[in-house]
Amino acid sequence: MRYAETGYNLEIDLSRGNIERVETDPRDTELYLGGLGTNAKIIWDRVPPETEPFSPDNLLIFSAGLLGGTPATGANRTMVTSISPQTRLFAYSMMGGFWAPELKFAGYDKVILRGKSPNLVYIWIHNDKVEIRDASHLQGKGSVEVQDLIKQELNEPNAQVAAIGLAGENKVYFASIEQGRSSCSRQGLGAVMGSKNVKAIAVRGTRDINIAKPDEFIELINEVLEYIKWRNENPIPNYMPILAGLGSPQEMKHDDEKWHTENFVWGNARYRRKGFWTKEIAEDWKESMATMQRRLISCFNCPMKCGATISPPGQPTYMMKCFTKLTYTMAAFANLEFGLGIAQSATEYGVDGYSAPQVMAFALELLEAGILTDHDFPGMPPDSEGRFHWLLDRIVRREGIGDILADGTYWAAEKIGNGAHEYAHNNIKKHEQLPLKLSMLDPIYYLMYCTNEKVTITQIEGNFPQAPFATQEEREAFVSNWIQAPNERIKQYVLDWEPRTAPYFPTPDMCCEIVDWMERMHYIDDAVGMCAGLSAFPLKPPYHIHNYPKLISAATGIEMDEETLIQTTKRYRNLVRANNIIRGMRRIDEVPPEDHWKKRFPELEKELLDKYYKYKGWNNDGVPTKETLHDLGLDYVAEEFEKRGIYSETPSYEISAEKEKEV
Amino acid sequence: MSKKIIKTIKIDADKCNGCRACEVVCAAFHATPKYSSVNPARSRIRLIRDPIKDIFLPVYAGELATAECMGRDKYILDGKEYEECAFCRASCPSRDIFKEPDSGLPLKCDMCEGEKEPLCVKWCLEEALIYEEREEDVEEEVKPDEIEQGLQSLLDKHGLEKLVDTLTRMSEKD
Repeated sequence: MRYAETGYNLEIDLSRGNIERVETDPRDTELYLGGLGTNAKIIWDRVPPETEPFSPDNLLIFSAGLLGGTPATGANRTMVTSISPQTRLFAYSMMGGFWAPELKFAGYDKVILRGKSPNLVYIWIHNDKVEIRDASHLQGKGSVEVQDLIKQELNEPNAQVAAIGLAGENKVYFASIEQGRSSCSRQGLGAVMGSKNVKAIAVRGTRDINIAKPDEFIELINEVLEYIKWRNENPIPNYMPILAGLGSPQEMKHDDEKWHTENFVWGNARYRRKGFWTKEIAEDWKESMATMQRRLISCFNCPMKCGATISPPGQPTYMMKCFTKLTYTMAAFANLEFGLGIAQSATEYGVDGYSAPQVMAFALELLEAGILTDHDFPGMPPDSEGRFHWLLDRIVRREGIGDILADGTYWAAEKIGNGAHEYAHNNIKKHEQLPLKLSMLDPIYYLMYCTNEKVTITQIEGNFPQAPFATQEEREAFVSNWIQAPNERIKQYVLDWEPRTAPYFPTPDMCCEIVDWMERMHYIDDAVGMCAGLSAFPLKPPYHIHNYPKLISAATGIEMDEETLIQTTKRYRNLVRANNIIRGMRRIDEVPPEDHWKKRFPELEKELLDKYYKYKGWNNDGVPTKETLHDLGLDYVAEEFEKRGIYSETPSYEISAEKEKEV
Repeated sequence: MSKKIIKTIKIDADKCNGCRACEVVCAAFHATPKYSSVNPARSRIRLIRDPIKDIFLPVYAGELATAECMGRDKYILDGKEYEECAFCRASCPSRDIFKEPDSGLPLKCDMCEGEKEPLCVKWCLEEALIYEEREEDVEEEVKPDEIEQGLQSLLDKHGLEKLVDTLTRMSEKD
């Protein structure tokens, strides 16, 4: 018997209409756990780097995590993996909600889509019964409304439906996959789903998930619940309130947006508005939230209420995710009422709440700069709010200028030319980032921005404080009950961290250790299907490196201690990177947006990245070395690198230095 | 008069966050062996959940109903229309909740016998589920024994004369 996992994947060939239930190798679970880990292995094995993102040969994998559907609080994430049309790299975007546990109850760990359906379809998974059904009548439907339409059509109110909207159907490079109160928004996986002509996947399951050591497991989960209760009553003292608790930042709960509106930047990730948060604004925004918000809501089996149902006047109710609350408002220099309203349309269309507003603000900046002209925007209203609605409508339909903008700022700038690239300034690896511009380089964030392969900072930052505590007493208080710290050294870094020591403290060596640990926690979450909001993201979470091995072991029966878990995560972390290395990613791609910090330190940055690559067992161009791969049992990756001449090529930074000399 | 403990779960639906942790722990607790598996379809508490309509209604399983109701009730509360049978706790032929998914056998809440409180209550950090116990006085009725009950029904059906005649005839045979 398989424990925690079902041991079966659903393989669907859309071109041929073939559906197979395939037993998986339990050895792969030991090597790569599940979720992101096993997804990375499947992409490595089956999607060669020459495969175009919209090719039928590209795979689109929907995966539950190893602990998904078990009683583990918060283990509800769906990890969707494919090759991104925007970054053209290995993409893994994830969503909470209810879909992954339902898939497990139906008897599957993953749904693997390959090929391309000749016409628009949706997939209906009901335990053993799996059908590919016509969806021509659902074409153009909103990604939220279609979930209800499908449930009605199937007469199955308990089905969970993941769906795309118009943006996904039209292969907008930042199209999302929406489901329940959550979405898989980053890196354009909704577009890949659209390219396969799949409108939705509906699932209903009534099967058991088995637990290997029931008594041990439930005791560990009861401890987790107790700790959550305690943490909810005890936010981190001396820390900004929005980051002092558990969950993703509690955007729906907090009315005070002084911190975000004055520290994050407005428009096309440009303008900081100090002094914005006046008493009048605070009252107006509080009023908007109070009148539109109906209820704070949660994902499957989680007590944190990170989402909310929102009913904007004259529009249908929708479910909002944390920071989308502000992205449209700030991109358009508008008020909260506008932001909550346009987010309803954007959710139905199914677009990423980070990229979409930025793409629109980028277009308007190009217009202002004269790079685009009024002819490119025929009939666009004069006011900022009207313009945003107008642009959104065109982008998701790929009409006129919308067709160019639908590829995101990088590719749009490429097509527009004429200096447009200067305006696509807030990207990492061609992907729009959170609108945040700061003054002093932060060495920890520098490394995370450069090397993370999720390409989204909020999903990689984590357990180490973002800033030093002001006094020694505060520092001592913080470490006194810091059970999550991986070792005593990390605690000492917090104790020794004094204000105004940036960017030289923590030192590069310390940064390597801190970033490696924080990243590892995310990789564990993404394999077991745990929400980072209860684990890798907040300070002092209920899940950490010391209880995870016991949990995994109790749930699955696999022998697991900290050392084995660390080695396992290293294995699939390197496999994720290998998928990007064979797609050409190198050191020169690992840069934060140039204007992210005003004060930059080229020599220190070089030292940081040199040291971190070494710490990770990668060569100076960011490629995992043969020795590293061998230690992890990934010789098959090293052989492929060898075969493709990756180890013998001139390092990317030398080529780029040569080019600069020529210019 | 005697005392009887009445156990109730008070449901404050306005506090429900829709997470279904109640279903998860219920299903796990009632697995054999305990906690060895989880399957919300086996849960004795179910969440009727429609976030867009703001419907979040936990309902826990009551008695078996062998036949479905002819007349059904629909409630509209605070402008929200609840589905037929939403508030009903019966395991009933009209719907598939509160039945074992494999056998179709009815499920009924047992308040997690042996635990301090029902586990759905313990796992609901929102306090949408509150456990309450109260004592109630019950009239002690004198229960007729089985023979008496049987004879009463024969009496009702055939009348005293026929019953006495028959009994007499039967005793004479011996």
